[in-house]
Amino acid sequence: MSDLLDTTEGAQHLFMGNEAIARGALEAGVSVAAGYPGTPSSEIIERLAGISGKRNLYVEWAVNEKVATEIAAAASFSGLRSICTMKQNGIHVASDFLLHLTGTGVRGGMVVAVCEDPGALSSQNEADARFFAKMLEVPLIEPGDFQEAKDMLKWAVELSEELKTFIIFRSVTRMSHASGNVRIGKLPDTKPAAYYNCKGPLLDFATGPMITGPGAVGFARTVQQGRLKRAIELFETSPFNSYAGPEKPELLVVTSSACSLYSKEAVDIMGIGDRVGILKLGTTWPLPPNLVKSRLASTEKVLVVEEPQDFMEENLKILAAECVTEVGAKTFFGKKSGHIPSQGELSPDLVVSALKTILAVAYEPVPQDYAARMFSAMFKTPGRELTFCPGCPHRASFLSIHNALALDDRDGFVCGDVGCYGIGVLPAGFSTVKTNFSMGSGLGLATGFGKLTQFGMTQPVLAVCGDSTFFHAVMPALVDAVHHKADVTLVVLDNSGTAMTGFQPHPGLTKDAMGFTSPPIDIEAVCRAMGAEVAVSDPFDVPATEKTLLTMIKKPGAKVVILRQICALSPEKRAKKKYDMSVDSSLCIGEECGCNRMCTRILRCPGIFWDSENKTAKIDEVICAGCGVCASICPSGAIRKAEVA
Amino acid sequence: MKELAKDPYNIIITGVGGQGNVTASRMLAGMLVSKGYSVTIGETFGASQRGGSVMSHVRVSKQGAWSPQIPKGKADLVVSLEPSEAVKVLAVYGNPNTQSLSNDRPIYPVRVIAGDDRYPDMDEIRATIEGLTSRSFMIPATGEALKLGNPVFQNVIMIGAVGGMDVLPITGEDFRAELGRKMSKDKAAVNLKAYEIGKSLVRG
Repeated sequence: MSDLLDTTEGAQHLFMGNEAIARGALEAGVSVAAGYPGTPSSEIIERLAGISGKRNLYVEWAVNEKVATEIAAAASFSGLRSICTMKQNGIHVASDFLLHLTGTGVRGGMVVAVCEDPGALSSQNEADARFFAKMLEVPLIEPGDFQEAKDMLKWAVELSEELKTFIIFRSVTRMSHASGNVRIGKLPDTKPAAYYNCKGPLLDFATGPMITGPGAVGFARTVQQGRLKRAIELFETSPFNSYAGPEKPELLVVTSSACSLYSKEAVDIMGIGDRVGILKLGTTWPLPPNLVKSRLASTEKVLVVEEPQDFMEENLKILAAECVTEVGAKTFFGKKSGHIPSQGELSPDLVVSALKTILAVAYEPVPQDYAARMFSAMFKTPGRELTFCPGCPHRASFLSIHNALALDDRDGFVCGDVGCYGIGVLPAGFSTVKTNFSMGSGLGLATGFGKLTQFGMTQPVLAVCGDSTFFHAVMPALVDAVHHKADVTLVVLDNSGTAMTGFQPHPGLTKDAMGFTSPPIDIEAVCRAMGAEVAVSDPFDVPATEKTLLTMIKKPGAKVVILRQICALSPEKRAKKKYDMSVDSSLCIGEECGCNRMCTRILRCPGIFWDSENKTAKIDEVICAGCGVCASICPSGAIRKAEVA
Repeated sequence: MKELAKDPYNIIITGVGGQGNVTASRMLAGMLVSKGYSVTIGETFGASQRGGSVMSHVRVSKQGAWSPQIPKGKADLVVSLEPSEAVKVLAVYGNPNTQSLSNDRPIYPVRVIAGDDRYPDMDEIRATIEGLTSRSFMIPATGEALKLGNPVFQNVIMIGAVGGMDVLPITGEDFRAELGRKMSKDKAAVNLKAYEIGKSLVRG
């Protein structure tokens, strides 16, 4: 049985932060969970979906974050408890709906869990979602360790139901994708009965229609601001805010989330626990003023440790200004002072360096002679640039796109989109991708470029998107492109799953998140129904794909090329080679060939490397996934593929 | 080892995406949690597809959760599924008392594959690792895994070698129990064999 469903109260499990969040949802009696995959949030829905057969749950991978939020809200309006999940970008997608949702509030507890990626380890940005809490006037809470990830999610659901507003629950990569011991609580016996009561009068959000509009906005905001006031009262005594350190510290560190662990570690390894106090906040908006004031009164200096932006720092300064006559003026250190970096992910080391400067403490992690050896070792190893996996269909797709654009010879370019294929901007994708923004923006931009012929634009423009991205946000752009007769070619890199985040199902597939058979939405049929001309090709058939692309690029109007080949890491395909590859070194003439070592220098697949000693290409049998693409580009026919029996 | 050599005991398991290092850190952590330890694991994955560097920071303690990122210079043990990655990690997280265990099979970065960059000689790697550690092993984990029929066993061989190094309060029995919790019986047998092979590689 899954640890997630363990009923032994008090038992300890090693949970990933996202598993702890999922367990918290179960302990809170959540009935409905919806989300859109995005690192580092995906495992919350994945784990809940995995056990959905064992409890009365509805779990959905929604088409996008806005719909996910709406699915969760419908459950809440019907009296059920719900959660929706997304990465930091997702709340930007969902925010239009969330803005309206603050007008009506919720009924059953509803939590919007946003998992951020400070340092953009697997993102194109490091947006700070906490500002949404202030902007939307909703409470914000942040767990400081794995136990709290579970406990606070449960509390957030209850708090939401008590206050009648959704709660933003914010996690970060080092919380969601880190793991730690979690002591589990009780799994409730829920008997949810869904009913949407809308018989009551307008503006009675407990029994009436969930609607706000002109004339009611002031009323709705007053109600929501009242909920925030109540949140402050509860936050003042929350056990998730804690202080550790001397009564009158020389320096007060105010921190939250993973940064609280970095701060504790830094103080610990520097041995300055008698000089520094740490106020770890779990309720970061609205700040509990009395608690903060009492701590400010105990010190002259404050260091704010947070990432990626200065959300708490600003709010603390406002609070400090408001109570300056009571607690006196403070010196603040943090991002504004430059002691904490304003970009990127924090770490214990970055907190150490802030503390060293502020308190003038000497600290070196290793002896000087050792540090010198470390420094010289740093330059002894080659870096690893991002690349497509061996056997990845995208490598082959981009090779054909690159070649087709070169043959077309009009300076054509590709607008990229969000997914593994973003690597198309790098040499691994033959540097074909020339723009890359948000979900669906590739085709939106390409459509815009495709309407510039009247201003002299002669460059052909392509957009690429994955199959999941197609449903998420490309479809409206395709409507726009077809309707406005934009000269554009959309290439759908259909690898049968949301590959980058771990093969979550999407509407194009025959199974949903919970494993039920679902009617697949046929991308090809959708594009044809919209009025686009469609061609389909297997990217591993390089010559045919190249020809199809070249033909389509030359045609006017909006066209779609679907390049269909399943991801090399997909559960269906993983570790199953189609071909055993080998190089006949007698035929590989290397530098003499004139191919410019196409297989290794150009294709750059990790499965084939240049043996400089023997001057021949060689297959690394441990790494090669047996896709056969390298064989089709070798002009000497030296690369052999043998079908695996 | 019956107890932790220090608290927290900091392990970094590193390698290249696809080598199974996330699984290795989970198995090692599972064994330690079942023995009553608090384990914190920090992992970098997501954009680290096959071919990229991946690292798991595993912190073992009796006290509770620690930062999921180990501070610079504070690794007690570096386990690397790829030799050059061991150097990379030691150059940031090592200290004069750090021990290391590395697989001996290189995975070439794409710039090396393309001929734009050079992969260091194995002797150079060995010497660099020795200069940064108090005790180090380099073992043919992939080679032994291939003998077992599949390179995927390389990470279990590495865990077996960690067991053989006797730096953690874990035994083969703990590994057997962990397999029992996580794997079907038929899969467990070959993994157990891989563990024993790993153990023998650091003893011999």
